[in-house]
Amino acid sequence: MSERAQQLLELADDELILGWRDSEWTGIAPSLEEDVAFSSIAQNEIGHARALYELAARDLGTTADALAFDRSPEEYRCAPLVELRRLDWARTIARHWLYETADELRLAELKSSDDAELAGLAAKMDREEVYHRMHAQMWADRLRGDERFESAVEELWPYAVALLPEPLRRALSEQVGRPLPSNSLLLELERGRHSDELDELLEEMTVVRRSIPGATW
Amino acid sequence: MVTAAQVWEALAEIPDPEIPVVSLVDLGVVRDVAVDGERVRVEFTPTFLGCPALEVMRDAMARAVRTLGGEPDVRVISDDSWSTDKITPAGREKLRAAGFAPPAPREATAPTLVQLQSGVFRCPYCGSKDTKLENIFGPTPCRSVRYCNGCRQPFEQFKTI
Repeated sequence: MSERAQQLLELADDELILGWRDSEWTGIAPSLEEDVAFSSIAQNEIGHARALYELAARDLGTTADALAFDRSPEEYRCAPLVELRRLDWARTIARHWLYETADELRLAELKSSDDAELAGLAAKMDREEVYHRMHAQMWADRLRGDERFESAVEELWPYAVALLPEPLRRALSEQVGRPLPSNSLLLELERGRHSDELDELLEEMTVVRRSIPGATW
Repeated sequence: MVTAAQVWEALAEIPDPEIPVVSLVDLGVVRDVAVDGERVRVEFTPTFLGCPALEVMRDAMARAVRTLGGEPDVRVISDDSWSTDKITPAGREKLRAAGFAPPAPREATAPTLVQLQSGVFRCPYCGSKDTKLENIFGPTPCRSVRYCNGCRQPFEQFKTI
C-alpha cells in the first residue's frame, strides 16, 4: 500500500470511528442542545471519513463503502483514543477537546501539503472543524478545574499524543501544557493496536451491510 | 444540441433538498458546466462534506441534464472552493424571507466563539441585532440556533464556511 493510501486510511478511520462514538450520544446527551451538537459533529466526522475513503479507494482500486465496512478489525488504522466506548460526559468532553486540539495540528500540516487534492480536502474539513473546536473549547473552559474532567484529561493525554505522528507531538504538548508521556506508554497506545471495544463497534456498525452481502444501498 | 446556458438555466430550477426556497445555483454549489458534444460535465461542491443531500442533488442534476438531451457527468469536488460567500444575493434574500439568517462574510481568520456570541447577527424576522447564541449546532450542520430578544423568536443562523 502506498504511503498516501496509508495516510488517508489513518485519517479516515479516526474520523469514522470517532463519528460513530459521537453518534452514541444521539438521544441520550445531558441536554437537547448537546444531543444536537454531538449528532451534528458525528455527521461531519463521518462526512470527512467518506471523502477521505473516496480518495483512498481510487488509489487502491476499491470503493469507499468497502473500505469503511468490509475490512477485518486488525486492518483498521485508527488510534486507540477514538475507540473508547461509552465515556461519561467529563471523559467525552476531555476526549473531544484533546482530539480537536490534536486534529487542528494535523490538518494545518495537511493544508500545506504538496499533494493538492489532499491539501484541498484538508482545507475544506478544517472549515467545519472550526465549529467543533469552538464547541470543545467552550466545554473545556466550563469544566476546567472540575475533578472528574481534570482526571479524564490526565488519563486520556497519552492517547491524544499517540494519535499524532512523532513530529507533531511537541507542538501538542506545548498547546495543552502537559509533558510528553514516556515512549513505552506511547508504544502501547500506538495507532493500529486495538481493544475489544473496536470489535464490538464494528460488529454493530456493519451488521446491516453484512446481512445482505453485495446489496446496493 | 444542448448549450451550457441551457444547463445553467435547468440547474437554477433545482431546489435545495433541505431548504427548497433556494436553488442549487442560488447556493453557489455549481462550480462549472462544460459541454462537449452530448457530454455535459457539471462540477459541484458540497456545502458540508457530511451533507446527506449530496446524492439527491447529484441525481437531480444528472436528471436535468438528461431531460435536455445531454449525457451527464456530475463530479463532486471536495476542496475549499465553495464558501458561504458563494451564495448569490438573490439566494441570501430568499433565505432571509424564509426565516433563515444568511451567513456573515468569510474573513481572513476563522470565525470564533466570541464572534458567535456577539450581537452582530441580525434577526431575519424583525431586523434587531439584540440576538444571542443558543447553540453552535442546529437542525443541520450548516446552521446555528439563535434567539432574538427583540421579537422573542428563535431563528436559524447560517454558519460562515
